[in-house]
Amino acid sequence: MLGRFPALAGADLDVETGDVVLLSGANGAGKTTLLRVCAGLLPLRSGTAEVLGADLVANRRAARAKVALVGHETFCYDDLTVAENLRFAARAAGRGPADADAALERTGLQRVAQVTHGRLSQGQRRRLALAAAVARGPELLLLDEPHAGLDEAGRAVLDEIVRSAPGEGRTVMLASHELGLARAIATREVRVAAGRLHPVAAAGAPPAVSPAVSPAVSPAESSGVGA
Amino acid sequence: MRFLRDLALVAGKDLRIESRSRVALQQILPFGVIVVVMFAFALDADREFLERAAPGLFWIAVLLAALLAVGRSFSVEEANRARDGLRMSSLDPGAIFAGKAAAIAVELFVLEAVLGVAVVVLYDVSFTDVLLLACAAFAATVGLAATGTVYGVLAGGLRARETLVPLLVLPAVTPVMLGGTRAFQAALGLADDGWAWVQLLCAFAVLAVSAGIVAFGPLLEEA
Repeated sequence: MLGRFPALAGADLDVETGDVVLLSGANGAGKTTLLRVCAGLLPLRSGTAEVLGADLVANRRAARAKVALVGHETFCYDDLTVAENLRFAARAAGRGPADADAALERTGLQRVAQVTHGRLSQGQRRRLALAAAVARGPELLLLDEPHAGLDEAGRAVLDEIVRSAPGEGRTVMLASHELGLARAIATREVRVAAGRLHPVAAAGAPPAVSPAVSPAVSPAESSGVGA
Repeated sequence: MRFLRDLALVAGKDLRIESRSRVALQQILPFGVIVVVMFAFALDADREFLERAAPGLFWIAVLLAALLAVGRSFSVEEANRARDGLRMSSLDPGAIFAGKAAAIAVELFVLEAVLGVAVVVLYDVSFTDVLLLACAAFAATVGLAATGTVYGVLAGGLRARETLVPLLVLPAVTPVMLGGTRAFQAALGLADDGWAWVQLLCAFAVLAVSAGIVAFGPLLEEA
């Protein structure tokens, strides 16, 4: 709820495995709320939602285990180094140091691996947040304004990770105001307005949807989301 | 097994943060020592009373420092919304609780060792039953750390957590204050029945740890 108004009402969305879904819309439309619901960080007041077969109401922990969110904050610790933060994120998700090291290399953070989070620049922090999400090995990657604060190199890293997601069996939902950049990597676009979802006809790339795969995300007919 | 692995991961993370930030070493520990020193100055004229009051003054210093340690333990989770990272992890919530409580307990053990030396030197007391002293300190510290961790996560998401945690924790740890003081009095040879108080401390510690393991998950979600 945002004040007395539901942040999402009548939201109905099915996302197939391997989709890269762009959520566009004005500030306060409900994009971040939708992502936080899918991440299992906000409870549903009513309605149903499933993430990768796990019910977000009945079994939120199981759903969260398959999801990673890159939000406005990094979810990292200021006094741990980049490498330590990544290893903690990977191990907390039941994965090993090799996943953390791979994420470090993939995001080009090796040079600052031994620098503490508190001493990183804003752009490096955004990259670290992305690396921590990748290190978790999620089946669903949720990105909230992922291009914000990133330089050209950082955006290239982000684009590479998003573009290769379908090939890795990973689904991506991203909310962005930088529509030009986001449309270039999305396979579908959904416009969020006043808590409702409206499919947009054309996105940058053709959909990579397989009719044989099961829905990755389906927050169906949510009539109110608690914030 | 997974519980222990998760516990070790969280405790290791918290202790690494403390060893690097040195907040516990450079702020909390000196704070506890200052409290002990201030009592020594304030009551110096009455050495006999100071000796009798030493166990209570020691635990008051530990309790006040423990409040800082609990606040610090959860302030690192609020920064950058690391708390949400924990919520989204696959870690057992009970193990997160146990890991955070274990890290606080380790910090308190170090604090108590230093304060114990300070009390011996400044208050001119000598312990006659070191085993009783060690067992009482261990049980009291576990109970204190567990209780503080439960209330720490409860108040963690609130703006007023710095002032709320002491209000919640201090009444809840009255058994620790009482049992710890009486057991220390017995260890100094000033009272009998010290082991009965250790039993109370152990019962409180078991209760606090059990309650924390069960309650921490919902509290982490709802606070």
